[in-house]
Amino acid sequence: MTGQSHVLAADVPFPPSVEDFYLPSIVPWEGTDSYWFTKITFLVWLTVAILIIFFLVSYRKPQLVPTKKQWLAESVYGFVRNNISVEMIGHRGVAFAPYLTTLFCFIFLNNLWGIVPVAQISPNSHIAFPAFLAIISYLMFILVGIRHHGFLKYFKTALIPPAPWFILPLLIPIEFFSNFLVRPFSLAVRLFANMFAGHMLLLVFTLGGFAMINANPWFAPFSVVSWVMTIALTFLEFLVVALQAYVFTVLTASYVQGALADEH
Amino acid sequence: MSTLAEVAGSTAAIGYGLAAIGPGIGVGLVFSAYIQSTARQPESSRLTLPYVWIGFAVIEALALLGIAFGFIWQGQL
Repeated sequence: MTGQSHVLAADVPFPPSVEDFYLPSIVPWEGTDSYWFTKITFLVWLTVAILIIFFLVSYRKPQLVPTKKQWLAESVYGFVRNNISVEMIGHRGVAFAPYLTTLFCFIFLNNLWGIVPVAQISPNSHIAFPAFLAIISYLMFILVGIRHHGFLKYFKTALIPPAPWFILPLLIPIEFFSNFLVRPFSLAVRLFANMFAGHMLLLVFTLGGFAMINANPWFAPFSVVSWVMTIALTFLEFLVVALQAYVFTVLTASYVQGALADEH
Repeated sequence: MSTLAEVAGSTAAIGYGLAAIGPGIGVGLVFSAYIQSTARQPESSRLTLPYVWIGFAVIEALALLGIAFGFIWQGQL
């Protein structure tokens, strides 16, 4: 134990940098620099496996009086269906509940790896995963709108707000910018930056404790404070994890609702 | 002349500190409006809650853009 902490304290790269997010390959293939199977890859596959197996197992033999597993699965689905889809989209929302539930569970579990001991990094702290989730939601709400209104009418309702004609040259670019450019971008960056900043924050407080002990043994009490802060921040991170999964799902639902809305 | 104290690091940290003021005020306004509306009309609390989170998320995005761009365009002091 002492040996281990001594080794850790010996050379701690203190200000944590972006490089800390690029973990080494678990199985080196064509050299150690090929990042084809890292912890991130493993965690994403684990998330997918857990979700598929959990929902398959808990809905295999549905009981009238639900078992514990079935109760959990039903309450997650019920929460997303009633409190997100139906509340945001209305009666048409039931059709989107399966997608939104999948999205919610996938993001929640992926975020949760950020605070699970041993895993301790969220795959969503790499922009690729949030970016693809945002692209899926983006394409979905546009396609849903086109299917509901027809191509021209959808873009007409999305781009042309009911306003006097002379203000339209100003409003149409703004509507285009906010509806079709900023939405997917902010959806992706919000999730990514939350997970990135959360991991960075935990790194700063954990490594900061080691850096202080390393600088001067008399700073040991401050290191302890720093590590206690890490534990407190881990609980804060749990809040952020749940909130970001919820926010991503609610925003997707509200974009779908906007695409399905008949008039402004 | 000998150097007594040195400041080293990235100016992006100062920039991010400044950039966080606006979203900080904004998020505060969102929750203050929610608390006020709930205090005035307690039965509306469930109705307005999704909009609270949407507003919060939209405003918070600005602060998070600050974090992301701070790492992209970091200047050395």
